Amino acid sequence: MKNVYIYIAVMAAVSFLIRVLPLTLIRKKITNTFFNSFLYYVPYVTLAVMTFPAIIHATGSIYSGIAALVVGIAVAWFGFDLFKTAVVCCATVAVLEIFLVR
Amino acid sequence: MKKHSENTAFFLKGVKDGVPIALGYFAVSFSLGILARKAGLSPFQGFLASFLCNASAGEYAGFTLIGAGASYIEVALTTLIANARYFLMSCAESQRLAPDLKLRHRLLIGFDLTDEIFGISIAQEGCIHPFYPYGAMAVAIPGWSVGTMLGIIAGNLLPARAVNALGVTLYGMFLAIIIPPARKSKILAGLIAASFALSFLFTVLPFVSALPEGTRTIILTVGLSSLAAILFPRRPETEQGADTA
Repeated sequence: MKNVYIYIAVMAAVSFLIRVLPLTLIRKKITNTFFNSFLYYVPYVTLAVMTFPAIIHATGSIYSGIAALVVGIAVAWFGFDLFKTAVVCCATVAVLEIFLVR
Repeated sequence: MKKHSENTAFFLKGVKDGVPIALGYFAVSFSLGILARKAGLSPFQGFLASFLCNASAGEYAGFTLIGAGASYIEVALTTLIANARYFLMSCAESQRLAPDLKLRHRLLIGFDLTDEIFGISIAQEGCIHPFYPYGAMAVAIPGWSVGTMLGIIAGNLLPARAVNALGVTLYGMFLAIIIPPARKSKILAGLIAASFALSFLFTVLPFVSALPEGTRTIILTVGLSSLAAILFPRRPETEQGADTA
């Protein structure tokens, strides 16, 4: 069994360094096109990969998970912010599981 | 004297703009706490992790790996990948700080450089006054860390149906980050669709499906982002307007 506090220290150190290094060291604009483009695309791929298919297995029924995914994409598409999108996804699952999960 | 009243004014403005962020964080971190509980974290450990990391996707990935008993290296690499967008935001925000801003201010701003606080900071005119993000942090950090702690404490008191519902909160938040920019860019929309498809394939195909979840995320992120950067390089002059947090 590994130590949870070491895990937390690793996560905290990496999270801190990645945010602080550019802010403290980079005073000029990044000019490398590949590196710039790569960094730009990274968050979209990471978050998409972590969302699907995990979201359909996160709930009591695969159908409520699929519904949350579809509804979440729809409301985010139409401009709902972080908080509202999250609440709508929750509500979708909560309502559907009244029928789907006994 | 003038300096002090200016600091206070920016701080209070930050607090005001930070309140809705803190409320959103509370709801999201509560469900993060449920996940942390499954991974075996105590309420204090969850509070500490959220207080120190301030990262939804990064903590989500980290807690999942802790639950799976992953190696420290795997946790470090996954945290790095999941938080890679903060690197880009930090680069962008570095262009918006006063050149003579002291190191301690840069460190403190970086400590809680989240999607939302980056968003409201970069929306300020001119150079970012450090006390503005400090005000937002003063309410957002407690919302985030206390929410995680309460999620661990109360997550098991809630009925299964409510836990299932809260479990999708984070995914809803991720969708709210990636979908709006995809509406404006066909390249991003295609990239996200490809990510969904390959991520699904990686869970069913032989060999790759046997890899740990964190490793699959790293392979897909580095592979697809590199491919997109080669196929659709972004010209420097377009980078500024595209940094939507």
